[in-house]
Amino acid sequence: MIAIVGLVIGVVAGLVLQPTVPLILQPYLPIAVVAALDALFGGLRAMLDGLFDDKVFLVSFLSNVVVAAFIVFLGDQLGVGSQLSTAVVVVLGIRIFSNAASIRRHIFKA
Amino acid sequence: MSKEKNGAGAKPDKSGTNKPARVEPVETPETEQAKTEQAEPDRVEPDQPADDAPVTDADTEPAEASAPAEPPSGWRRVVQLLRPHGTRSELLTGLLCLALGFALAVQVGQSTGDQLSSLRQDELVRLLDEVTQRADQLDAEVGDLEAIRDDLQSEDGRDQAARDLAEQRAEQEGILSGRLPAQGPGVEIRVTDGAKPLEAQALFNLLEELRNAGAEAIQVNGKRLVTTSYFVDSGGGVVLDGAAIASPYEWTAIGDPDTIDRALEIPGGALPRIREEGGEATTTRSEQVDVDAVRIPGQPEHAEPVDPDAGK
Repeated sequence: MIAIVGLVIGVVAGLVLQPTVPLILQPYLPIAVVAALDALFGGLRAMLDGLFDDKVFLVSFLSNVVVAAFIVFLGDQLGVGSQLSTAVVVVLGIRIFSNAASIRRHIFKA
Repeated sequence: MSKEKNGAGAKPDKSGTNKPARVEPVETPETEQAKTEQAEPDRVEPDQPADDAPVTDADTEPAEASAPAEPPSGWRRVVQLLRPHGTRSELLTGLLCLALGFALAVQVGQSTGDQLSSLRQDELVRLLDEVTQRADQLDAEVGDLEAIRDDLQSEDGRDQAARDLAEQRAEQEGILSGRLPAQGPGVEIRVTDGAKPLEAQALFNLLEELRNAGAEAIQVNGKRLVTTSYFVDSGGGVVLDGAAIASPYEWTAIGDPDTIDRALEIPGGALPRIREEGGEATTTRSEQVDVDAVRIPGQPEHAEPVDPDAGK
């Protein structure tokens, strides 16, 4: 519940404040958001599995974000930034889908 | 401390509800079978009460746990999760979700607000290249079109100049050929017969004298004199260009009045000779005379214009 409230507050704050993303962070923010979404779905799944651990969630959330951003940064340095960010998005997308499928199985039994 | 306690409290709770849910698929066939088995024995109840009891026990126990747990393992768990517990774990999750929502909204606003700012460097470079190339193409096109426009304009100017020149020439030649009425400084000459009618020769001399003096447009008695004009004696009178004219002869000539007057009055010239023959001639200089008679020039029957470029 608090998580949902936090999510809503965050979205509203982001829409209302409309802060300018620092130039350095601009390439990494979308990837970081996707990584965080992946962590969120993972946490939801773990919750439904009964395996949820806030410490694991925190660490996976942060490490997902940092690793995703780092991979994109590395790709930028190597000159394959756009390809690597595509790769990261694909991998995270697959994970989100599999987590979502598992959550769906829990909720709808199908 | 509280976290551990809550975690410890929450975990068994979930696993407790979870375990039956997982084992259930394996159990349900058994329990159903047990039910059907039990249903049949139900009618034969008095027969095997002892056998029945454990089955019902086994049936009811999971049934109690799973009847609430079957929907619960899905929806009820969600509801349960939605219920705020105020634990540190939840607060932490909420905080992370807040950060995620914030970043999400910011990124969405960023990418919808400005398409370019979300593009990567190499994409921007490619875009810039494309735009520059397109601009170059358009510049070249502008240059071509401007050149064409300049061509057309100068052509138009040349056409206009040619038209102006043609009009000017048409005016000049119209006056000289007698096609257009003319006005300007000149003289008016009144010649009348004396006792003896004037001959055509006298009038012709007068015309030639006027031409020598530079008269540009001449008319007599309302008839324009042109290059083909002629005077002929005819019986008692004079015929000009096929039509009889009679005294007094009213001449109008456009040209320099002083020159014409002096030329006509030269001793032995046109007017003195008319006077010798008994006629009268008076000349009036004027700053403004009108030669309003016109003659439409006929189409040349034999002469043809020479193409000015043919000789080159």
